[in-house]
Amino acid sequence: MTMLRNLGHWWLGIMARMGRSLIFLVQILFGMHELLLRHPREVVMQLYSVGVLSLLIILVSGLNVGMVLGLQMYNTLVDFGAEAALGPVVALSLVRELGPVVAGLLFAGRAGSALTAEIGLMKATEQLAGMEMMAVDPIRRVVAPRLLAGIISMPLLAAIFSAVGIWGAYFVGVGLLGVDEGAFWSQMQAQIDWRDDVLNGVIKSIVFGVVVTWIAVYEGFDSVPTTEGVSRATTRTVVAASLSVLALDFLLTAMMFNK
Amino acid sequence: MNKTTILETGVGLFVVLGLAALFMLAMKMSNFATYSSKDGYTVTARFEEIGGLKVQAPVNAGGVRVGRVTGIDYDEKRYQAKVTMQIDGRYKAFPTDTTAAIYTAGLLGEKYIGLEPGGETEYLKNGSEIRLTQSALVMERVLGQFLFNKAQEKFPN
Repeated sequence: MTMLRNLGHWWLGIMARMGRSLIFLVQILFGMHELLLRHPREVVMQLYSVGVLSLLIILVSGLNVGMVLGLQMYNTLVDFGAEAALGPVVALSLVRELGPVVAGLLFAGRAGSALTAEIGLMKATEQLAGMEMMAVDPIRRVVAPRLLAGIISMPLLAAIFSAVGIWGAYFVGVGLLGVDEGAFWSQMQAQIDWRDDVLNGVIKSIVFGVVVTWIAVYEGFDSVPTTEGVSRATTRTVVAASLSVLALDFLLTAMMFNK
Repeated sequence: MNKTTILETGVGLFVVLGLAALFMLAMKMSNFATYSSKDGYTVTARFEEIGGLKVQAPVNAGGVRVGRVTGIDYDEKRYQAKVTMQIDGRYKAFPTDTTAAIYTAGLLGEKYIGLEPGGETEYLKNGSEIRLTQSALVMERVLGQFLFNKAQEKFPN
C-alpha cells in the first residue's frame, strides 16, 4: 500500500514538474518579442557565455572524434580495399548523428549546467525576487535571453563540430594514412545529400538546443533556493538534458531516416 | 578595447565561424552545389527490370553525370518500370535514338543509368521517351541462366 502511494506520489511529482516546465516555456515565448525589441544586447551577452565559451570544448572534441573515427574506419575499410569510402562514412556519421548528439551532450555539460547554476544562485541570493520587487519580470529579463542564446548557439556549435570532425578525419585519413584526396572529397559529395543529411542534422541540433536550454533554465528557475538545492538542480540538468538528447535523437532518427 | 567590444567581437566571430561551418558542410561536403538545377528537362524510359535503381541515382553519359533519376513508377498496362529522369539543361543534344541502360558502379556499388547516344538528328526534349532501353542485370537471374546452360551442356535432353 505504501509502495503504491509512493509510486503515485513520485509520478504526480514528475507530471507536475513537466506541466510547470511547459507553462514556463510558454511564459518565456510570450516575453520573447519584448526581449528582441527592447534588450537585444542581452541576447548578445548570453551568446557569449553560452556559445563562445563553449567553442573550445566543441572544437577540441570535434577534432578528436573525427580523427578517431577516421583512424578506426580506415582500419576496417582497408581490409575490403574500400578506404576511399572513408570520407562518406565519417561525414555521414558526423553530420547525421555524432555532430548534433555529441555537441548536444557537451553543450548540456558545459553551458546547461552553468545556466542552471547561475539562475539557481540568482534565486538563492534573492536577486530574482529583487527584480520582481522592481517590477522587472525575471522570466523576460533573465531567462528569455538565455533560452534564445542557447537555441541560436546549438546549431552553430553542432555545425562547427561536424566540420572540424571531417577535417580531423581528413588529416588522419589523407594526411597520415594515404587515402586518395580526390576520392575522399568526391565520394563524400556524391553520398551526402544536403537536404536529407545536412539539413536534417541542423534540424536535430535546433531541437536539442531548445530542449537542453529549456531544461537548464527551468531547473535553475525551479530549484530549491539553497546551496544543496542548486547543486541538485545542476546535476538534474546534466542528467535530464543528456538523456533527453539521446532519447530525442532516436526518435528524430527514426522519423528522418526511415527509408 | 573595453570589455563589451571584446565580448561582441567574440560573438561575431562565433556566428561567422558557425555559418562558415554550415556553408562548408553544404558546399564542400554535400551535393548542394550540384543539386538538380531548375533548368533541366525530364525524359522517361521504360525498363523490364530496374534492379536496385533508386530515386536520386545519377544519370551518366560517357561516365559524366548529366542528370539524376527523379521518379520511379510501375506501369500497370505494360508491366514495366517507368523511370523519370531529369537531364541538366546544358546537355541538350541527346539524339532520339539514345539508349538507356542500368549499370552498377563497381561490384557492389549503387545502380545508375548510362546513356549511349545514337545517330538521329533530332534531339530528346522535355517529356520525350527513350525507347531503347536495357534492363538491370539481376544477379540471381544471371546465375540461374548460367547454371541452366551448364546443365544443358552436360545432359543434352
